[in-house]
Amino acid sequence: MAKALLETEGLTKRFGGVIAADGISLALLPGELHAIIGPNGAGKSTLIGQLSGEIVPDSGYIHFDGRDITALPVYRRSRLGLARSLQVTTLFPDFTAIDNVALSVQAHAGHSFRFWRDVRQEADLREPARAALVRVGLGERATALVADLSHGERRQLEIAMALATRPRMLLLDEPMAGMGSDESARLVETLRTLKGDITVMLIEHDIDAVFALADRISVLVYGRIIACGEPAAIRADAAVREAYVGEG
Amino acid sequence: MVDPRVAINVGLVVVLVLVPVYSATTGDTFALTLFTRVVILALAALSLNLIMGFGGMVSFGHAAYLGIGGYVVGILAKEGIGSGFVQWPVAVAASALYALVVGVLSLRTRGVYFIMITLAFAQMIYYVAIGLDRYGGDDGLTLYHRSRFGGLVDLNNKTMFYYLCLVLLLASIYLVWRIVNSRFGMVIQGARSNDRRMRAIGFPTFRYRLVCFVIAGAMCGLAGALLANHTDFISPAMMHWTRSGDLIVMAVLGGMQAMFGPLIGAVTFLLLEEGLSRGTEFPNLILGPVLLLVAISIRGGIDGLIGGVRRG
Repeated sequence: MAKALLETEGLTKRFGGVIAADGISLALLPGELHAIIGPNGAGKSTLIGQLSGEIVPDSGYIHFDGRDITALPVYRRSRLGLARSLQVTTLFPDFTAIDNVALSVQAHAGHSFRFWRDVRQEADLREPARAALVRVGLGERATALVADLSHGERRQLEIAMALATRPRMLLLDEPMAGMGSDESARLVETLRTLKGDITVMLIEHDIDAVFALADRISVLVYGRIIACGEPAAIRADAAVREAYVGEG
Repeated sequence: MVDPRVAINVGLVVVLVLVPVYSATTGDTFALTLFTRVVILALAALSLNLIMGFGGMVSFGHAAYLGIGGYVVGILAKEGIGSGFVQWPVAVAASALYALVVGVLSLRTRGVYFIMITLAFAQMIYYVAIGLDRYGGDDGLTLYHRSRFGGLVDLNNKTMFYYLCLVLLLASIYLVWRIVNSRFGMVIQGARSNDRRMRAIGFPTFRYRLVCFVIAGAMCGLAGALLANHTDFISPAMMHWTRSGDLIVMAVLGGMQAMFGPLIGAVTFLLLEEGLSRGTEFPNLILGPVLLLVAISIRGGIDGLIGGVRRG
């Protein structure tokens, strides 16, 4: 069995009296698409927040590529190759699509204390940015302002920004949220092309998309992993069915 | 068809270049004095706009740098160091150092808190200046000799001084333009737009914003050194909080996303102020509502009005 790229051990986080993460231990293998599902309030966003570094766990460890990253700040994790796309679209609205992606490339291209050269003429930044846009199907929209992009296009752009940094692992927080069925079908295709190439942790409400894409699924309920396995096994799991009763 | 924005900017620069010619031919020396002030305060507003317009850091204590730059020149002159080659670099360095301290302590906060901290520091410096009895305290200090630059430029020659200020302003506008469109500039603007996101994609934004804050402080310190030479006088009034407010108004009035915005804003503000103070007893009674109208009606300031649409 291959060594895990990302591993958590006993990750615990309380907000007042609420336990949002209760001893979460997970192991993501290189190249796998691992989905986290669970009812609302199960602690999915808290989990991703802890992995990306925005939330500090009360106890437990996070290892990335054999290195303890539990105490590393957000930007350092990002530089190690752990990219995150946020649940709320938080692009830079007054920049063009390609400026957004180029900025993301720039984040991983050394320091930015460069005050003189016109950033829009730098092929080192523009070319990878353009390639990432093409990969998510936004090649035609490169020079459009983010403010003029549709909701679905912004989601695609989010993924392009994450891809442009050549991450080793991608944390996707509900990328399909608010998308039409055409748009989410296209995004499923885009994500499918990443499989095997980049390790992905996908948090998603769209169960159909999850079962179509995931190599493995972990089910999170009240901050606790109640099941972890291949889609077929999860579908058959009694505890999982129990957790989803009343959810429709 | 020439872009109206470019036409206005070029026209404005031509007018500024011709001010001394007008002054010499008509004998209207006041015009030269007024425009020297306009150019110097435009430099101050430009530096504020770098952090406020592009970096989203609304500093309400920017006049402190004018004061620090001015006081360095005044104090050194009184202590017998008259060389501009010493005075000006020290003025710039002292302003940069002050910016570094204020920046380290204020840039961790946002919005109203940031505004209040920058204001508080500026007020502190203001009262320090009042306490400097040796340098005139509340009354200020007359500068008996302008900064000396050997045989290079003579600041006592008003035309020469004006052109020096204008060259420094235009060079600074060019510098800001380069900075804004560089990698560094993208980080600064990204942090204005969405700091959390910038950190998520891998930028340690604090240090970039701090460096930007220091650059702006240094630039405004230079404006302070010019202002002291222009008025031959330094006093705590140079850094009164209302002056910081004036600088914000200039930057907003001209258009914060525009390279020439602060210059346009400074010209408009100071000419309006001058004209109104001649025509009426209560200039602020008219100036206030005018500014209010601009602020609520035209996003992007005068530059936005000229350009028609807001740029991306």
